[in-house]
Amino acid sequence: MQRVAPNNGLADALFKGLCRFFALSVIVLMIAIFIVLVKEAYPSIRAFGWGFLTGSTWDPVAPEFGALPAIYGTLISSLIALAIALPVSLGIAVFITEMSPSWLKAPIGAAIELLAAIPSIIYGMWGLFVFAPLFAEHVQPFFIERLGFIPLFAGAPLGIGMFPAGFILAIMIIPFISSVMRDLFQMVPPILKESGYGVGATKWEVIWKVVVPYAGSGIFGAVILGLGRALGETMAVTFIIGNSFRISASLFDPGTSISAKLANEFTEAVEDIYLSSLVELGLILFVITFMALATAKLMTRRMAIKAGRS
Amino acid sequence: MNSPYLRRKIINLLALGASFLSAAFGILFLVWILKDVASFGFGALDVAFFTQLPSPPGETGGGLGNAIAGTALITIIATAIGVPAGILAGTYLSEYGRGSKTAEVVRFLSEILVSAPSIVIGIFVYAIAVKPFNGFSALAGAIALAIIMLPVVIRTAEEMLKLVPDATREAALALGAPHWKVTVFVVYRGALRGIITGVMLAVARVAGETAPLLFTSFHNAFWSFKLNEPTATLTVSIFNYAMAPYEDWHAKAWGAAFLITALVLIVTVSARLIVGRRKGALTS
Repeated sequence: MQRVAPNNGLADALFKGLCRFFALSVIVLMIAIFIVLVKEAYPSIRAFGWGFLTGSTWDPVAPEFGALPAIYGTLISSLIALAIALPVSLGIAVFITEMSPSWLKAPIGAAIELLAAIPSIIYGMWGLFVFAPLFAEHVQPFFIERLGFIPLFAGAPLGIGMFPAGFILAIMIIPFISSVMRDLFQMVPPILKESGYGVGATKWEVIWKVVVPYAGSGIFGAVILGLGRALGETMAVTFIIGNSFRISASLFDPGTSISAKLANEFTEAVEDIYLSSLVELGLILFVITFMALATAKLMTRRMAIKAGRS
Repeated sequence: MNSPYLRRKIINLLALGASFLSAAFGILFLVWILKDVASFGFGALDVAFFTQLPSPPGETGGGLGNAIAGTALITIIATAIGVPAGILAGTYLSEYGRGSKTAEVVRFLSEILVSAPSIVIGIFVYAIAVKPFNGFSALAGAIALAIIMLPVVIRTAEEMLKLVPDATREAALALGAPHWKVTVFVVYRGALRGIITGVMLAVARVAGETAPLLFTSFHNAFWSFKLNEPTATLTVSIFNYAMAPYEDWHAKAWGAAFLITALVLIVTVSARLIVGRRKGALTS
């Protein structure tokens, strides 16, 4: 017995140390990603300074690089995605928690979540070969003819561009937003809803005036989480955003995004400054998504704490 | 019936109708995409698709045998790195770090890392594992996928380990078993099914990744089983083939898309079924 105990003490310490090592590796990894990106982007940061963020020339020959059209494309395509995904996700969450018969809840929830399992490159390929031609033939001409005088809808019916990219992104982020919303709605105490029904409110009034306000900051968190996903999405956007380095008012015009720029050009970049500029694009994307996701996590956490207290 | 009441009823109906349509919208696209992938992709699959090398640009025939092998190779290595690391880190969060500040930070960062842009992970691995060695490699691709896998495994491992009741741990400790033995032989066994599910979901997630492989494992037109060489994968092949102007390559891309989607969905759905049964067993 006397010999066994110290051995176990050592084994215990080793096992705990091993677990601790890998847990800490997440922190190290996060810091390392940031440091490595800054280091690799440094030549570009030094050469272009803040002008990198506001410049709109991308000329590997000159060489002169400015990221504005890519940042613009990333933000606009993600905002289009949010504008579509937010109401649809809300509707899905309402349908699953408040309307659907109980035997249908699980299958519908599972089907929506399967959308998140489809690899992003499949969305891209499907978007390019199936969605874009249909969109160009049946949807775009209508808008261009009737609403073409508004700059938003001007342009040629190409099928690819900022709006189609945002639309495909919306389908991709719907499962993330709707599943968080669903969980939030289920946390609302039944007695609150029953009080609503008790004073004669309709189902929608209970949802809109009781359930949604109760879920409050959690919904905001869910939306930002979806935004974070959309900002960093690469393959789907690369296929259908059109890969044109410019800023255009029209939703139908091709554009580009940070991730599409990286996917298309990273392996072609031979000059150090070209590569460094691309890494700086990646750094910008990393910082934007980090801030968005951190905000989302803090929001949903606050909601979880609130639910835990009540 | 007075009109404000009628108005409220109509608004209610419209809103509920819109909710129903939202659910239908989501399911419509799921079915539509899967139907297209199946119908375009299934026809492209023949024996040559699984066994032969790609044909030169513009020529028909050939297959993506090397890309299938490459995807398998890179995914297996990534799993071998990411899963043990993730389970041990998850063990720390659940068994040792309850309530500690470190655990809180790790949990927070891994939740962010789960949704971090995978293309940025690709750049990071390019900088640490491709550039210093002057070459794309299967190993670099596997490292990138392992990093993406890590937070997914950590989160599910922690959740599943926490489902094991503390009384079980206390019972084993009371028998005089050392802490690590309690964890490995009692807690792991209790959470085994959940952990396997988590691993399956993580494998499904990375098997379909493209962006982090573009600058790490890159592409290869030939067979390659060496870890220090560029290696073809199904997903990068889809990207290259779908963007190329050849009809036959598009067909091959659909075939690869069908294969990878079928794999990912089968693994995901069976993981869900395992967990569903487990949850049922717990609540009943």
